[in-house]
Amino acid sequence: MRYLYVGATADLDPDAAAEPLAAIGDSLAAAFHVPVHALPLPPIEFALDSARRQYGSIPVLEVLGRARPDDALKLLAVTGRDLFIPVLTFVFGHAQLGGAVGVVSLARLHQEFYGLPPNREVFLDRARKEALHEAGHLFGLIHCADSGCAMSLSTGVRQIDSKRAALCPACAARIERKPSS
Amino acid sequence: MKTHWQILVVDDEEVMCESLAAWLREDGYAVDTAASGREAVDKARQKDYAIYFVDLKMPGGMDGIETMMQVRRLHSEASIIIITAYATVDTAIAAMKEGAQEYIVKPCNPEEISLLVSRILKVKNLQRENTILRKKLSRQYCFQDIISKNARMREALALALEVASLPSTVLIQGESGTGKEMVARAIHNSGIRAAKPFIAVSCAALAETLLESELFGHERGAFTGADQRKIGKFEMANCGTIFLDEIGDISPKLQVDLLRVLQDRAFYRVGGAEEVRVDVRVIAATHVNLQEAVADGKFRDDLFYRLNVIEIRIPPLRDRRDDIPLLASHFIERLSHELGKDIGGISEGSLRILLDYNWPGNVRELENAVERAMVTCRGKTLGEEDFSFLAHNGAQKNWAVPAGVSLQQMEKLAITATLQRTQGNIKESASILGIDRSTLYEKIKRYEIAR
Repeated sequence: MRYLYVGATADLDPDAAAEPLAAIGDSLAAAFHVPVHALPLPPIEFALDSARRQYGSIPVLEVLGRARPDDALKLLAVTGRDLFIPVLTFVFGHAQLGGAVGVVSLARLHQEFYGLPPNREVFLDRARKEALHEAGHLFGLIHCADSGCAMSLSTGVRQIDSKRAALCPACAARIERKPSS
Repeated sequence: MKTHWQILVVDDEEVMCESLAAWLREDGYAVDTAASGREAVDKARQKDYAIYFVDLKMPGGMDGIETMMQVRRLHSEASIIIITAYATVDTAIAAMKEGAQEYIVKPCNPEEISLLVSRILKVKNLQRENTILRKKLSRQYCFQDIISKNARMREALALALEVASLPSTVLIQGESGTGKEMVARAIHNSGIRAAKPFIAVSCAALAETLLESELFGHERGAFTGADQRKIGKFEMANCGTIFLDEIGDISPKLQVDLLRVLQDRAFYRVGGAEEVRVDVRVIAATHVNLQEAVADGKFRDDLFYRLNVIEIRIPPLRDRRDDIPLLASHFIERLSHELGKDIGGISEGSLRILLDYNWPGNVRELENAVERAMVTCRGKTLGEEDFSFLAHNGAQKNWAVPAGVSLQQMEKLAITATLQRTQGNIKESASILGIDRSTLYEKIKRYEIAR
């Protein structure tokens, strides 16, 4: 049996992270039909770019690739740190297309990040969608033209909010066709 | 319609290059990378990319601007986006002056890149659609539009190109659906008459008397219903080219009339007394074997020799199967635009079906088959199930073992057919038949097969 591992990095407070992690785990298990296991992960301070005060998602993926348990089909890390790739100002997450490891950042999913009052429901909803999105890439899905599908490209929270926390029928069918790729 | 567009990311910093490429791949684009300007130009020589992301500062004597200039020399239509970490007004102006489509500063906002790419491709899709529609409207085909890598076909096209600028009459022989009219149009459009009219007449479609008045025109009162003078196709084609399709189907009387036009470039309108002189280049085409028709007495030999000044034979699709993948992907690309479907390719299994099918209707049938498959296709790739209708059309069933024939007669038939297919090439025929050349010579002699 191989598992989809979802792990919080050590920067997240275990109590505060429990709720989003549970929400993410449930929606991934339902969408990809694989058992989801939790896996505590080390901090990602090594990836800090002090000039940008952000964390590089590429070195994070490299380390995750080495930390992946033998029985892991895929490993998705969840971090509170703000991620970037060199060419972009930020990324909500980053995953190897059709690969084994990915990471999703919760930093920009909080309402507080945009100077708004906190909203737990909105935050959990966004976390579910972005985790589904990055995991979808791990299962080989590319961006979907259906703006309501979790696999549609979001470059801002408004786009995240307008999509559903589920794959569209076409993307879901692609997962059904090749379940454990 | 992302799948058809290719993007090249050029940056000497591998991490920049790969991260942008990976990000664009997640969006469904086909992305290549190059680590230097030189490598980018090499890649641009091999492939036509729709968009180039080029880093401004690169070592090795070739910066982003120089790279852009060289790429634009190869592909003037290419959209180039210059990326830089050190933005100054001067470099931005220099880049735009040299033809950069956009100038972005890294790190850039993901939304900015996403919008930029989709905006550029929207324009490119419209341009592509416009070119296809224009071409369809004016049917201005040229030799570059005829897709083939088959040696026999290339030979036929080379001959056609060679004779394009001559005034000589051309006879194109080939089965129905092989693209005879396309070759005729290409000859016309590549010659000195390109700006003059190209008039196509299908000789099989009309009854004898109608065809006569269609070709030569008629005077007022020439026959019942001829209430005014009508100009014929030969006069319409004056200074240009007339394309007589299915010439093998014309009646003996019209054969005589046509012979006179070919000899004297002059004729009379039906019911007219005044001789009309024209300067017309004649390209004729036929799907029947005219030599045989001459031998059977159905076609005048003097007309045949007048027409057959330059003979171009277009091989049927089943004899140039190596073109099937090329043609299929061309049709998929063109029809994706026309049908508005994002279909990027064809599965290996279905390509096998296409390669195994006999294509009695040739390229036209292939085009129709691809269109039918694309209409019903639900995915992004044409699969075997989309071509299941070909099995019902009787793939590979056009041939049956003739009963009551001896093995020797069968052998003779097989050798004759192979020699016909290879146009008498002994080496190729021997290899197809799986025998030595000397054995083949011996059998040709024994069975008295004409070569």
